Amino acid sequence: MKKNWPILVVDDEDVMCESMAAWLREDGYRVDTAPNGQQAVELAKSTDYAICFVDLKMPGGMDGIETMMEIHRVRPEASVIIITAYATVDTAIQAMKEGAQEYIVKPCNPQEISMLVSRILKLKKLQSENAILRKKLTRQYRHHDVITKNPRMEEILALTQEIASLRSTVLIRGESGTGKELIARAVHFSGNRAEKPFIVVSCAALTETLLESELFGYEKGAFTGATGQVKGKFELADGGTIFLDEIGDISPKLQADLLRVLQERRFYRVGGNEEVQVDVRIIAATNKNLPQEVQQGKFREDLYYRLNVIEIRLPALRERLEDIPLLAEHFVQRISSELGKEVHGISPAALKVLMAHDWPGNVRELENVIERAIVTCRNGMLDEQDFSWLQRANPQQNWEIPDVPLGELERRAIVAALERKHGNVKEASAALGIDRSTLYDKLKRYEISH
Amino acid sequence: MSALYLVAVGNVPDKVWRWITNATAEWFPLPIKHLAGLSVPATAFDPKRKQYQSVDIMRLLAEYAPPDATRILGVTEVDLSIPMLSFLFGQAQLDGKVAVVSLCRLQQQFYGLPAQDDVLRERLTKEVLHEMGHTFGLVHCSEQKCAMSLSTHIGMVDTKSEQYCDRCGSQLAQRFASLDGGV
Repeated sequence: MKKNWPILVVDDEDVMCESMAAWLREDGYRVDTAPNGQQAVELAKSTDYAICFVDLKMPGGMDGIETMMEIHRVRPEASVIIITAYATVDTAIQAMKEGAQEYIVKPCNPQEISMLVSRILKLKKLQSENAILRKKLTRQYRHHDVITKNPRMEEILALTQEIASLRSTVLIRGESGTGKELIARAVHFSGNRAEKPFIVVSCAALTETLLESELFGYEKGAFTGATGQVKGKFELADGGTIFLDEIGDISPKLQADLLRVLQERRFYRVGGNEEVQVDVRIIAATNKNLPQEVQQGKFREDLYYRLNVIEIRLPALRERLEDIPLLAEHFVQRISSELGKEVHGISPAALKVLMAHDWPGNVRELENVIERAIVTCRNGMLDEQDFSWLQRANPQQNWEIPDVPLGELERRAIVAALERKHGNVKEASAALGIDRSTLYDKLKRYEISH
Repeated sequence: MSALYLVAVGNVPDKVWRWITNATAEWFPLPIKHLAGLSVPATAFDPKRKQYQSVDIMRLLAEYAPPDATRILGVTEVDLSIPMLSFLFGQAQLDGKVAVVSLCRLQQQFYGLPAQDDVLRERLTKEVLHEMGHTFGLVHCSEQKCAMSLSTHIGMVDTKSEQYCDRCGSQLAQRFASLDGGV
């Protein structure tokens, strides 16, 4: 059913309305009918009709032109086709001047109507795809693409606005898939650097040598294959922001180089002697527990403090369950449009399945799950069975116990609980099933700062 | 068990019933019964257009359907139309009980050509499958060869095949399987 493109037929003659509606329904459209202009406008208030067939002459009340104008007042995008039994040039001109998409004289050849409807809908589909593409392109500029009603996320969004125009370094922490890059973009595109580049570097994706030349660029002859001078990401981001994703994965040498850039905003290209100076805001992100990495000597303490000027901790999706329905609806709408598949919602039973899932991959996992369900969905509405594989994949907690001393396991459990509860000892102790004083003892014993 | 009823509206040549029975028996697992023919209702005639309003004929068929009729298919030789459209090859209630098919524009004589039974049989089979498909909830199919594809002129009818595409066919089969008689 082409439900995304509802059609309205407005005519005072019942037989005209019903026969036209029946004919269009055979084509799979959802069709409503109205016997007069007033009812047509009322219907248009609640339904976004793609096309309205409106009879020109309707006795009493509004005529076709007035009805069209009122419909356009509530639905400016609706295509109105004026129908009349008598062709006069004057009324045709008036109808078109007032905004009618077409003017047809009944009876029409079925082919004419069929082609007219498909031409209008093809145009509407292109317009809708265009709007989606535009939205996709501008998504990076828009703050409200972070979909949430979670108080903690709302606080984070407010914070991104406050810090947007500062040059201070930001460290975003959160599990994989929680939207660290989205928040980094929100910071950049809300501030006075928005017109300048936003450069993303995934530190985990490259080896030390590659990452070094990627970040700082290289001079001709710096290594085999370096046939010319190439600017690095820091130079490309000059005036804007560089987003260093998975910062916890960089090597000790790069940590030292990065520290120098953070301190002096200057660096050398690989194989170069000339110092390059840049004005770059650095936003780093990690899913690792950097304080712990510092404690273990894996991450430089001085670099950590340089990065951690403003810290943003993103909650995992399981900590913002109230956002799951909002995000799910958003993904259904976006992905179904992108895939050109008519899926127009998600059933309460399906939402229940989504709410019960643990979401280790967070929002990204939810997005992927919705996409998979849309691809396989057969009836225009995502239902429980479209997610049955998710239930099968998540029967119970899937424990993976590393081969470490028992005390280390306990320490990790405490650190994780504290992270999940944003450092709140009372809530963390409740989650761990121990009382607060016991937790304090353990914090002291394992030298965990919170 | 509920049945598919066939009924002539006005004069209809006897030969067409055999064609229709063959076409419907292949796709619809229903007993097929014949009803005594009806006269074309005079109220359906539009003197200005010299055509018959299919809505009036559909209404008559709905009233005429016996209680055990799961579907009723009317066949007529008169030219059908609705107020908005200049003609119809046939019409059906989407997911409803009633369908009607007109022989008028399926016949070669309408286009000034000599009558050809094989052409008429093919066209009629396609239109019967098409309208009956609508009564079982099928909408127009984008597959040109499928009997459910939209035909707005006779050339499009001739392009179609005398069967449903795999998708429409399986949708129909599913409908019969899931409702098990309660179609």
